[in-house]
Amino acid sequence: MTVPIGSGTALLESAEEELAHAKQDEASRRHVGRKTGWGGAFAAPHGAGLAIFTLLPIAVSLVISLFNWPLLGTPSFLGLDNYTKILTDPIFGQVVLNTVLFVVLYVPLNLVVSLGLAAWLTPRIKGRHIFRVIFFIPAITPVVANVVVWRLLYQQGGLIDGIMQTTTGVAAPNFLGDENWAMIAIVVMSVWQGFGYNMLIFSAALDAVPENLTEAAQIDGANAWTIFWKIKLAMISPSIFFATMMTLITSFQVFAQPFILTKGGPGSSTSTIVLYIYNQGFQFHQLGLASAAAWVLFVIILGVTAVQFLGQKKWVHYDG
Amino acid sequence: MTAELTAAKPQNIKRPRDIKRPQAKSRIRPAIGYLLLCLIALAFLSPLIYMVATSFKDPAEVFGIPPTLFGSAFRWQNYTEALNYLPFLRFMGNGLLVAGLGTILNVTVSVLSGYAFSRLRWRGRNLIFVVFLATLMIPQEVLVVPMFVMMQQIGWVNTFQSLIVPWAFTAFGAFLLRQFFLGVPQELDDAARVDGAGTVKTFLLVMLPLAGPTLAVLAVFSFIGYWNSFLWPLIVINDVSNLGTVPLGLQMFFSAQGSQWHLVMAAAVISMAPTLLLLILLQKHLVKGIATSGLGGR
Repeated sequence: MTVPIGSGTALLESAEEELAHAKQDEASRRHVGRKTGWGGAFAAPHGAGLAIFTLLPIAVSLVISLFNWPLLGTPSFLGLDNYTKILTDPIFGQVVLNTVLFVVLYVPLNLVVSLGLAAWLTPRIKGRHIFRVIFFIPAITPVVANVVVWRLLYQQGGLIDGIMQTTTGVAAPNFLGDENWAMIAIVVMSVWQGFGYNMLIFSAALDAVPENLTEAAQIDGANAWTIFWKIKLAMISPSIFFATMMTLITSFQVFAQPFILTKGGPGSSTSTIVLYIYNQGFQFHQLGLASAAAWVLFVIILGVTAVQFLGQKKWVHYDG
Repeated sequence: MTAELTAAKPQNIKRPRDIKRPQAKSRIRPAIGYLLLCLIALAFLSPLIYMVATSFKDPAEVFGIPPTLFGSAFRWQNYTEALNYLPFLRFMGNGLLVAGLGTILNVTVSVLSGYAFSRLRWRGRNLIFVVFLATLMIPQEVLVVPMFVMMQQIGWVNTFQSLIVPWAFTAFGAFLLRQFFLGVPQELDDAARVDGAGTVKTFLLVMLPLAGPTLAVLAVFSFIGYWNSFLWPLIVINDVSNLGTVPLGLQMFFSAQGSQWHLVMAAAVISMAPTLLLLILLQKHLVKGIATSGLGGR
């Protein structure tokens, strides 16, 4: 869901720093601020809203996942049955595999494309700001509109097929109807739509690499290639870490693309976890099962995030 | 490098950047590179160009081999037909209402809490801020089912409130504003206090005006997030023709009119127009805001 900002996508790296800062602040009293009765009052509306619409739903979600909870009608307690049900359901297994396949294809492609273009759009390129905005357009236009257009491109008799028939005389594969192509089609569309965010982040990070570092390397005889790999990449590794993390988390939540492009088909070859949650909950009216699936998704995301954090020491350089 | 060091340098040593001056012969390579970049940008835009072109075609000319970019005539009535087939103007109005009110609510609570977390001292501040940050890591999808059940309980299913209220309290705004307020010099606070202003007055008359640009960036992100939101409206709104927002309307239109591609494309163009306009008008601030905060509603 593309909801108001930031929720879902995590500010992990900054969050970590923030926590450290918050503690430091308190200790050193650098940001003294005023001690009045107003602090709690100022934070109360936001805090209350967050408690009601984020913390409470999490608790509610756990409860629902333990029940047979129809969309309409009376819930009945099941214990862990929903979890055993989905974990032994071959369709859920496939849905998890599909999601992982999407992530494995999408995340590296997104990062390579966004990093490549960010590196290309150096300050020497004329009109780089225009290029940045162009590549960013699909990221802020409604996903539904983007997907609808791609449906027309992928369609048999659509633009890609038409071009191929004209130039090579061979019909294009049935991208959305062929099990071997459908996921690839979704990944390509998603990369087109989504890499703009990361490109902006990388662009800003590359701009911030101090020039004297690269100049020093130049004097030492390093060529542009070495400078990019050995210096710039290392300097922006915190940004790469942050972007990787966010892209991983959001890509596990892919929904609109398969929902509109393929409805999860052919068969269930492009059905994803969120599509499964939506179908179980709001097509088959099984809110308990849907909640259990949402928790499995949450646990997967937490696990991947934890692994990322553990792995970061090996390649992320924070300048001290 | 400090000024003294630079001044002490002998004049005849070349500055480092002069060592590898691009030679004249390598003029061609950047030109080719630039051309390639333009081609990539064009290819990247081609789906959108094709969308606009198709939105003006005669239905009979949408498909065809060889494919054409433009039809034999510009069919402007595709747009009026698309607008008449489904109440698209109503979807736009609904979208504006939901996104507008949601943004106001989001910005208001965020600026208050951001201020409280940065410049006021109160018991439990750090603990609560940590909870705020932790909620940023929860995927929306986990919240969708329980949120729906909660909306059922309070009778908000199929209402505008359900589109607006639940998502106005995300913690990102508090985080962004806290960052901003931490950078405001303490002297301003002290000066206001000397002049006799209390906390509320200082906040309203000194801090709020300063925060203008940051608030604007937050507002635009928030607006775009609401405007493009899809999964939640799909779940909570049944009466699409009355309460639907733009993505929901487009999706319904598409399911019902999947074969009428010329109309679907016209509707898609309409749905993209407002955010595209916003991007073009505010690109500098938006791009900077996303690049530095590393965030946006995906």
